[in-house]
Amino acid sequence: MASVKVTGLNKRFGDTHVLKGVSVEVPDGAFAVLVGPSGCGKSTLLRLLAGLEEADEGHIFLGDRDVTRLEPRERDIAMVFQSYALYPHLTVRENLAFGLKLRKTPAAEIDKRLGEASEMLGLGPLLDRYPKALSGGQRQRVAMGRAIVRRAQLFLFDEPLSNLDAALRAQVRVDIRKLHDRLGATSVYVTHDQVEAMTLADVLFVLNKGVVEQAGPPLEIYAHPRTKFVAGFLGSPAMNFLEARLEQRDGQWMAALGRDARGVQVALDAEAFGEELQAGRRVMLGVRPHDVELSQDGSGAALEVSIVEALGVESLAYGTLAGAHFVARLEPTAKVGKGETVRILFRHVHLFDADTGLSLRAPAKKA
Amino acid sequence: MNRKPSLAESIASHLVLVVAVAFALYPVLWVVSLAFSGARPPEARVFPVPHDPTLAHLEAVVLSTKKVGDETIYLFARQALNSILVATATAAAGVLIAIPTSYALARFRFVGKEAGVRSLLATQMFPTVASAIPLYLLLDYLGLLNSRTGLVVCYASTSVPFAIFQLRAVFESIPVDLEEAAMVDGATRFQAFLKVALPAARPAIAVTALFAFMSAYNEFILAATLLGKEEMFTLPVLLQSYIGEYDAQWERFAAGALIVSLPVMALFYVAQRHLVSGLTSGGVKG
Ligand SMILES: Nc1ncnc2c1ncn2[C@@H]1O[C@H](COP(=O)(O)OP(=O)(O)OP(=O)(O)O)[C@@H](O)[C@H]1O
Ligand SMILES: [Mg+2]
Repeated sequence: MASVKVTGLNKRFGDTHVLKGVSVEVPDGAFAVLVGPSGCGKSTLLRLLAGLEEADEGHIFLGDRDVTRLEPRERDIAMVFQSYALYPHLTVRENLAFGLKLRKTPAAEIDKRLGEASEMLGLGPLLDRYPKALSGGQRQRVAMGRAIVRRAQLFLFDEPLSNLDAALRAQVRVDIRKLHDRLGATSVYVTHDQVEAMTLADVLFVLNKGVVEQAGPPLEIYAHPRTKFVAGFLGSPAMNFLEARLEQRDGQWMAALGRDARGVQVALDAEAFGEELQAGRRVMLGVRPHDVELSQDGSGAALEVSIVEALGVESLAYGTLAGAHFVARLEPTAKVGKGETVRILFRHVHLFDADTGLSLRAPAKKA
Repeated sequence: MNRKPSLAESIASHLVLVVAVAFALYPVLWVVSLAFSGARPPEARVFPVPHDPTLAHLEAVVLSTKKVGDETIYLFARQALNSILVATATAAAGVLIAIPTSYALARFRFVGKEAGVRSLLATQMFPTVASAIPLYLLLDYLGLLNSRTGLVVCYASTSVPFAIFQLRAVFESIPVDLEEAAMVDGATRFQAFLKVALPAARPAIAVTALFAFMSAYNEFILAATLLGKEEMFTLPVLLQSYIGEYDAQWERFAAGALIVSLPVMALFYVAQRHLVSGLTSGGVKG
């Protein structure tokens, strides 16, 4: 096992600047997840770690080895591809043994590791089949097995669950985490699915347009997003954003919603935002759908409800609030119908600069 | 579910098959009947049955001899050897040159790639007959007239480009992921090609080789132009000689045609598994 350290990584494909000075640190044995929207450079970063692409600038360290210029085979890395990339002309057994044979591992040792891996993943009955005779879930397990037998320093996963159906995905997600806890191998996992990101990661890296926007433990990032992008990307349904202006009335800081100052006022916790609070400053007010409740006394902001999704454990009300789209999570027992206007209160709000998108939360509270 | 068909169904389906096979085989049966007929059959008979059966034509074809210098050689054996050597060498040259070329075209970017492919394509625009005379002069100059080598060189000039186009498409259809996985697994770039891309392309390579073999084995015009001596003939030239000169020896032609077909049939029989999977899917699925 080894830690991973990436510093100032840059990668261009012709005119497209895909990675713009990416730095990443993953402690030994940790499960790191790279998450971000499509095209943000996740796969590219992973391929650079594997040595399948060459960095233009920057360094990659595995433990204390600088592997930046090494060939993939010299890096001692195992990778699970999105397409699984099982060798079609080899049986499952031969697929698993492929890398070990290349490294001239003794036959007895190969047998032992194959036995362990196939026991862990339940591959026993599949060993003599060819990949084309496997289901999607079985192929996925073989791909995992092929990585496990290698006992490499670092495991890389590129969206390994994206070809599975939803039920299986949830199951395998749990299996992958269990497997990691059992093997303790340093892992870097790429996904654009934020549920996978939140549930699997010890340390999460949110990528956007080739830049790491925020790094840290997932719950920490969820609670204290450093940018509007991160805030909007993590969490489902996504955070609501409302244009607002900061004002101070009778010593109390307020965010006035909407463009005209006569709209709804939201009281702010001055301590959380500190110096960033300046009267007249234009901001984006962020509210998670889960951080609202129905007002009992007619105070609060008016939400014109256009659709209600009753999911059983909760109900989601979609509508318009202060001229913007808004989603509110309500108790399943709440009696709110289509076309109604309800008043809601915000339990917790985030503030972001309207231009830079940076969070206004005081530095002490940052991740 | 596999239900056992009833007797009636079984008879019916076999009847249909027999008719279909008879339809396909009818012309072939005519050739067979001709090859074994002792006397010329009367005109236009419906059923292809040998008239006055004999093996004389087969013997005449197989056992004909010629004196070359002090030596008497069996002509047919020599010509069959010529055909098989030329066709095998053409197929081997085609595939061996085309594999690395097409792989490079499919996987690497390099200067002049598209221009190279286009000029390769341009050389294939002209039918071989159009260049028969220049080829004759060229081989004469090189001292390769009347030789198997000369013929192979000419055949390879078509089989190689054709195989390159075929195999390029095949390698392009093999996911790059496979080779990348191999390299992460510990393979060098070359091992990834050798142990992953090549085996994955094997069915398609077999098909390509088979087609190169067959087209060389069947080729007539160039062979007839470039080979003057009987003992250097390939089999198509021999067959033509039976019906060419004074009177047409159709029975002998038929007997020869039957024997000439045997290696091709044998090859198809051996290769049929590859052929089916190779023709339908290019042999590879992700
Ligand atoms: N070989 C390449 N040549 C040119 N551009 C490339 C190449 N590989 C990737 N790119 C570009 O780099 C950008 C990032 O690609 P990358 O595959 O890393 O995205 P990603 O974050 O993995 O997205 P996804 O979630 O869709 O897989 C994209 O704009 C893509 O078009
Ligand atoms: Mg990707």
